[in-house]
Amino acid sequence: MSRNLDINVRHLTRVEGHGDIVVNMRDGVLEKAELDIVEAPRYFEALLKGRSFHEAAIITSRICGICSLGHQITSLKATEQALGLEVSEQTVLLRKLLIHGATLQSNVLHAYFLAAPDFLGKGSVFPLVASHPEVVTRALRMKRLANDSGDLVSGRAVHPITPVPGGFTRIPTAAELASLRTRLVEQMVPDFLATIETMKSLAGAIPDFSRPTEYISLRAADEYALYDGDICSTDTGCVPDTEYRRMTNEFVVAHSTSKHCRVNRSSYMVGALARWNNNHDKLCPTALEAAAELGLKPGCTNPYLNTIAQVVEAGHCALEAVAIIDRLLGDGLKAEAPNQEPTRFGTGVGATEVPRGILYHEYTYDRQGRIARANCIIPTGQNLANIDDDMKKLVPEVIAEPQEAITLKLEMLVRAYDPCISCSVHLLDVTFKGQES
Amino acid sequence: MSTRPRVGIFDFTGCEGCELNKLNFEDQLLDILAHVDIVEWREAMDGKAPVYDIAFVEGALSTPDCIKRIHDIRRRSKVLVALGTCAVTGGINAVKNTRPIEQVREEVYGEDKYLFPTLPALPLSSVVRVDHNVRGCPMTQREFVQVFTALVMGKQPVEPDQAVCVECKLRENECVYEKGMICLGPVTRAGCDAQCPSVGQYCTGCRGLVSAPNVAAMEEILVAHGLSKDEAWRRMQLYNANELEGVGR
Repeated sequence: MSRNLDINVRHLTRVEGHGDIVVNMRDGVLEKAELDIVEAPRYFEALLKGRSFHEAAIITSRICGICSLGHQITSLKATEQALGLEVSEQTVLLRKLLIHGATLQSNVLHAYFLAAPDFLGKGSVFPLVASHPEVVTRALRMKRLANDSGDLVSGRAVHPITPVPGGFTRIPTAAELASLRTRLVEQMVPDFLATIETMKSLAGAIPDFSRPTEYISLRAADEYALYDGDICSTDTGCVPDTEYRRMTNEFVVAHSTSKHCRVNRSSYMVGALARWNNNHDKLCPTALEAAAELGLKPGCTNPYLNTIAQVVEAGHCALEAVAIIDRLLGDGLKAEAPNQEPTRFGTGVGATEVPRGILYHEYTYDRQGRIARANCIIPTGQNLANIDDDMKKLVPEVIAEPQEAITLKLEMLVRAYDPCISCSVHLLDVTFKGQES
Repeated sequence: MSTRPRVGIFDFTGCEGCELNKLNFEDQLLDILAHVDIVEWREAMDGKAPVYDIAFVEGALSTPDCIKRIHDIRRRSKVLVALGTCAVTGGINAVKNTRPIEQVREEVYGEDKYLFPTLPALPLSSVVRVDHNVRGCPMTQREFVQVFTALVMGKQPVEPDQAVCVECKLRENECVYEKGMICLGPVTRAGCDAQCPSVGQYCTGCRGLVSAPNVAAMEEILVAHGLSKDEAWRRMQLYNANELEGVGR
C-alpha cells in the first residue's frame, strides 16, 4: 500500500523522562520509526569520580526517583563486592523485602496510572477519579501500603536513607514488621485479587501484536530472581553477572542521549515480560493463577503484555513480602551495625532486577576507598533498540488505520515498556578513561 | 467555568523523584485535586494549557532547550514554585560544574560528545524569577502540602532558615558526631524534621545551605573529625556546588 505518514510525538506523556516518537513513511516505504531520547544528560561520572564509598549509593539513587531503591541496592552490592564487605542474612532479607515492595509499588503505579488510561480511552488517571472512584482509591491504597513498607524499612521510599554499605543504619522493630505483615495480608491481597478483575475487564484494549524477541533477565535456582542471580537469555541460557558487558554491548546512536544495547540479535527486551518468560516457573501459585486469568502464557512475544506481566508480578511481590517478614520474625531481629571495614579495594559488579528490568552497576575503588571507575547500565537503555525494532514491525502492520490510531498504538507500545528515560540517560557510559586505580 | 487555580507541573534535569512524590500523595491526592485544576503534567497526563496560575517546576537547567522552556513557562505563569533541590540550587547535578565541562562531556560520550549540547547545571532562579522554594532531595510531602495550601488560600508560604541541628535537637536525637560519624546538619537548612539523623544516617546537606552558613567552621569540624580538607569540601559540595561557589577558599 502506498502511503505517506509523518508522526512526531514530542515529549511523550505518562512516561518517566523526555522522549519523542518519530515515524516517517514515504510512498509506502518506512524511512524511520524510532524513539528519540531527548532527556538532558546529567553526567553522573562527574558526581561519582573521587567520591567515598559512603556516598556512592547516595549519589546513584539520585539517578532516578522512580527507581531510587533499585539503584541504591545495586550500588551497595557493587561496592560491597569491590571492598570485600560481607553482609548478614538479615541484611539480605531486609533488602529483598525492600525490592519486593518497590517492584509492587512501581508496577501498580504503571498499570493503573500510566497504562490503564489508554485502555479506557482517557488522557490521564484524573478523569477516572470521577468515573471509576473505587478503582482509583484501590490503586492509591496499594501504592500507599507499598510505599509505607519502603518508608518503614529504608527510612524513605524515594531516595532511601537507611541502606548503607555493609547493612542498615536502622533495623525495623518486630512490631513494625508484624503490623506491615497484617496490612499486606488483610489489605494488599484482596486489593490484588480485585486488580486482576479490573485488568481482565480492560485487557480487550491491548493490541494484538507479536515479534520474536530475545528476553534477558536474572534467574536464580531457588526463587523468582529479583535481588540476585545469573544473567539468563531466552536465546543462549545463563552466565554469571560478572559477564554483564558481554550481555549488553552498549553503543551510541545519534537519536538518543541514552546508549543502545544488543546481544544475540539486533535488540533484546528486559523487564517484567522478560522475567515472566525466563522465570514463570518460580512464581507463587496466586501469581500463576492471575497469569492464567489474564491470559499471559509462557513464551509470550507481545510487548504490550509487559503491563500484564507487571500486574502478575505485583501479586507475587505482595505474597513474597509476607514470606520474607515471616522469616525475619522467625529468625528474630538482631540489632546489627553495618559492616564498613573494607578488606580490599578492587572492582565489584552488582546486578539486580528492578521494576523495568536488569540493572548493572560496576565500580573500581582506589586505596583510599574512593571511586576511580564506574559503569552503570540501565534497563530502559537496554530496551531502546527493542522498542525501535517493535515500531518498525508494527507500523507496516497497522498502516491502513487512521494516523491517530497509529499514533496511539505507538504511544501505548512505548508506555508498555514503562520506560524510565531519566534513568537511561542519567548514567550513560560512566567510564573514566585513563584513570589509575 | 471553574475558578479553581490552574496548575501546571514541569520537569527539567533531575530524577523526577519530587514529581513522583506527588503521585505518592496517596492520602492527599484526591483532596489536592479537589482544590485545583491540574492543566498540564507530562509525567501523569496528556494535554497542554496556555496559562497557569501556579507552575511547579522540578529539576535544574542544563541544556539550551531548558533555558528556552523555562522562559516560556515563566511568561505564562502567575506564580512559579521551584520544587526540590535540583530546581532550587542545581542540586547534585551541579557537581559537574566543579570540573571542566569539556572533560566531563568527553568522559561520558567520547568522540560523540558534540551530539548532545550541555550547559553548567543551574538553579531556576539564575534564569527566571522564582516566587517560592520547596527544598529537599526529595522534597517532603509535608512541605509541599504547606506551600500548596498557602498558595491556594492566598497566603505567603514561609521558608525555613534554621539549621537541621535545631530540628534534630527537638527530636532529642543523639548528636551524629557523638557516634563517630560526620554530619552537615550545622550548615544545612532545616524543614525535613532531621529525617536522616533520626534513622541513623548523617545529614548529607540535601536541602541547601542556611542563608548565612559558616562554611569555614564547618570545614574545620569535618577535618577535626578525620576528613581531609579535600574530602570535607567534596562532602559539602554534593548538593551545594553552586551555593558554595565563591564562598570560602
